[in-house]
Amino acid sequence: MMPEQIQLLTQIMALEFTAVELNLYLDTHPEDQKALMDYNAIAQELALVKDRYSRRFGPISNFGSAPSQYPWAWVHEPWPWEVTF
Amino acid sequence: MWIYEKKLEYPARVSGPNPRLAKVVITQYGGPDGELAASLRYLTQRYTMPTGRGKAVLTDIGTEELAHMEIVAALVYNLIRDASIAEIKAAGMDGYYADHDKALYFVSAAGAPWTAAYIQSKGDPVTDLHENMAAEEKARSTYEYLIQLSDDPLVTDTLRFLREREIVHYQRFGELLQHVYEWKDSQKVF
Repeated sequence: MMPEQIQLLTQIMALEFTAVELNLYLDTHPEDQKALMDYNAIAQELALVKDRYSRRFGPISNFGSAPSQYPWAWVHEPWPWEVTF
Repeated sequence: MWIYEKKLEYPARVSGPNPRLAKVVITQYGGPDGELAASLRYLTQRYTMPTGRGKAVLTDIGTEELAHMEIVAALVYNLIRDASIAEIKAAGMDGYYADHDKALYFVSAAGAPWTAAYIQSKGDPVTDLHENMAAEEKARSTYEYLIQLSDDPLVTDTLRFLREREIVHYQRFGELLQHVYEWKDSQKVF
């Protein structure tokens, strides 16, 4: 992986972890407005970074959730268990 | 429906081949308190959760556990990938190698294959949530024992992340249990 790909991937991992944590918290605190605003802000930023990553390095997710260039880039290696940061 | 994301939730780094460590870490892949058991337990209990909140918590934690199963798999895979036959024999992993080469299989640290008997799905949400809180604590203890056994600081770092997630899940299940008690009270007609 090129340094730029690793940098963007690391950014996605950090943002999405924040989203996971807020998501679980909101599941048991659905009326916490501050947490919900944080979640929505992170969701927007995460979508932008994922879009930037997918355009440059191929889809980050499958089944229509991200577009691919020609040829079909989903099959590109490395897969997550092969990535060494 | 699930969508796969081509990334790990948290990095799974290793310093080098270490089949001795792989042999114990694999218990969080297919052992009694491992991530396969955790994800399948929650994802199968969710159908009989009585409220939207309950279904959300079980779906989301069950899904996060699948991501943890993948992190544990990545650790084990990278700890044995470049190990020599001599290292595998010295680590006592030759029995595993005879059956699986360096492939991933669902076993405990002692080599017992995964079984659905590790999990329960009881229908009573209070009972199921108590099981889940106990399961999170058992997984936390297991990660603490693995951290004691680890001689690779990079692996220890990932194990620490996974241990912390068990604490957060325990907290969320406790909050959900309180919510279910309140829901049960609201269903009583006098």
